Order: sequence, then C-alpha cells, then structure tokens
Amino acid sequence: MSVHLQESALDPWEWVQRHQAEHTAIQGKFGATSVFVGTMRDFNQGQQVEAMTLEHYPAMTQKQLETICDEARQQWGVLELLVVHRYGAIKPNDPIVLVAVWSGHREQAFKACRYVIDALKTRAPFWKQEQTSDGRHWVEQEG
Amino acid sequence: MSITVLYFAAIRERLGQDRRELELPASATIAEVWTQSTGEPWNGQALAAINQEYAKAGDRVADGDEVAFFPPVTGG
Repeated sequence: MSVHLQESALDPWEWVQRHQAEHTAIQGKFGATSVFVGTMRDFNQGQQVEAMTLEHYPAMTQKQLETICDEARQQWGVLELLVVHRYGAIKPNDPIVLVAVWSGHREQAFKACRYVIDALKTRAPFWKQEQTSDGRHWVEQEG
Repeated sequence: MSITVLYFAAIRERLGQDRRELELPASATIAEVWTQSTGEPWNGQALAAINQEYAKAGDRVADGDEVAFFPPVTGG
C-alpha cells in the first residue's frame, strides 16, 4: 500500500505499471485492477480556468490517505492500493490524482477504488485555487 | 501549555498568517484555541484538526499539540 504526494508532473500509467512490477507478491493473485485518474479541466462553473494551485497540509494529507486506504483494504480485502496526488502549480490537462486498486475480482476493485476517491474528496486536506480571467479564487467544495 | 496553530487556504489568506505558537490554559477546547489565536468568535467557520486528525469544537488540546484550521477540502 503506497501513498505518494508530489509537486512534479504525474504520469499515472507509468506509476501503475511500475507499482505492479515492483509488487511481486501479488503477481498471479490479482484478477482485477481498477484505476481512477482525476485530470484538471480548463473550465469550471462556466469559466475558463488558466491555471491552478493546489495547497495541502502535508502531514495530515499523508495520514488521512493512509487511513482511507486501510479502510478500503479492510472492507474489501483488496491486495494492493496506490494513491498518488499532485500539489503546487497545475495546468489544464495535467493528471492531479491516481487511485489504483488490485484485487482478486472486479467487484472489490471497483468498490474500493470508488471508496478511496470519494473519501479523498471529503477528507484529504487539499485546497484548489483557480486562476481565471477574473483573478484567483478558492474552489468551493462540491455538493 | 504551549501549542502550534496552523491555518490553511482561504483562512490563512484572510488572517494573513500561516502559523503561530500560542500559550493557553491547560485543556483548552478547539473553539477556545480559535478565539484565542484569531480574536474572532467561534461559529463553526472552519474545519479543525489536532495532530493531523479531524477534531470537533469541544475537543480538548494538550501541551505540544499541533492544531490546524482550514476550509472544506477540495482535492482530487
């Protein structure tokens, strides 16, 4: 199980491939891999977004994401989880977050992946600030 | 007792500071830490954490704790 926060560009597919190759213990045991990638749009609430800054609370983000991954592993008995999240300056079309789950069967992988990204959105302390033609503004939490 | 208080995002910007060290009477609550550190009444305007775990307004802090205040989160 890995949680990784990084400022540099994120290549989700390379992460998935590398993580799977490095975790030799799950090879032959997983039948399903579920992957979620969140990517920055160039529009939000009808406005063109030029750039974004993602602020976070590093120690708490790490702790919360590890707790969320533990919960998912316990609830669905998945074999392996990987979460990678960007922070700092982000541009439209940049991947922001990767959640990957490996499990014996697809049902567990789909459910655990959905659980992790949904819990991340309500519990992991990140804050988006968008740059639009009107200036900078903090993004409101989705309902 | 002595604690560290951190502020993030819109709250950090509005207060014009990102952290401060604070001396408080023993067993102060989160709401009291907010009022003492910002000079504003507590009306649930922020989420709070003690030592990187979510905390409620009535939760008590201990010497050496790291307390944080921040708006609803918007990651992912």
